[in-house]
Amino acid sequence: MKVAVLRFPGTNCEFDTQYAFEKLGHSTQLIWHEEQTLPSDIDLVVVPGGFSYGDYLRSGSIARFSPVMKAVTVYANNGGKVLGICNGFQILTEAGLLPGALKRNNNLHFISKHQTLCVVNTDNAFLNQCTQGELLNIPIAHADGNYYIDEAGLERLEANNQILLRYADTAGKPSSINGSISAIAGVCNENKNVFGLMPHPERALEAILGSEDGVRMLKGFEA
Amino acid sequence: MTAVVNVFLKEGVLDPQGKAAHHALDSLGFEGVKEVRIGKQIIVTLETEDRAKAEAEVKEMCETLLANTVIEEYTIEIA
Repeated sequence: MKVAVLRFPGTNCEFDTQYAFEKLGHSTQLIWHEEQTLPSDIDLVVVPGGFSYGDYLRSGSIARFSPVMKAVTVYANNGGKVLGICNGFQILTEAGLLPGALKRNNNLHFISKHQTLCVVNTDNAFLNQCTQGELLNIPIAHADGNYYIDEAGLERLEANNQILLRYADTAGKPSSINGSISAIAGVCNENKNVFGLMPHPERALEAILGSEDGVRMLKGFEA
Repeated sequence: MTAVVNVFLKEGVLDPQGKAAHHALDSLGFEGVKEVRIGKQIIVTLETEDRAKAEAEVKEMCETLLANTVIEEYTIEIA
């Protein structure tokens, strides 16, 4: 698999993301935000975490207007697979490629810890190696992860199996640790080719570092 | 012309910063505070002197970039 990893001023998870996909045997390429086109032979675009443009105005709001995001929008609209992690999720919602928005955590804290997640839907190109209801242990690190969508939007997400992951307690009960509507930690678009989540699967590849549950998640794209 | 844009979270979208400030005001003994909302003010200075044109341009700026209309609402004052 060939993976394009985007890089904006302020991105800081691009090397972790490259490390993760290369560890799984894939080739990766960093794509600077000023690029107007994506390589023609890629299988996946990853918008990694960080603080693009210093989170000025709103997290992800400036990055969405960069030249490379125009190319990503065309790529996604043609069915190409896109994964946004953390700030990447924020950028994809700002770009309108994913529904909803991410606002400041309810407790106003930057939350950085390992978090239990409950897998909600697996009938997609991302979580197909996981099982419904499975609990994953994945690090989170964000201040603006409080997912919001209006009631009608939430109903559409539920009806179309677009909710990917929910924050949960260790017993698996949904627990909205940051204020997210319906404890949502990740969603996909209606066509199920654009994925976004606040947790960092690329930081959970080795048991010695606390969890290897991220492997199952990222391997989904190989199918 | 100068446009003063105020951006706030929509009614019904919980404002965590406003809530925290409200709580702090309560703790400090300020009584009778019903609600605190925190937003941002953006001042845009424009070359045009045409009020209608300025309003239309700034509205487009708000819809495109300055506000995220999924969660925020905005007001524009032209001076």
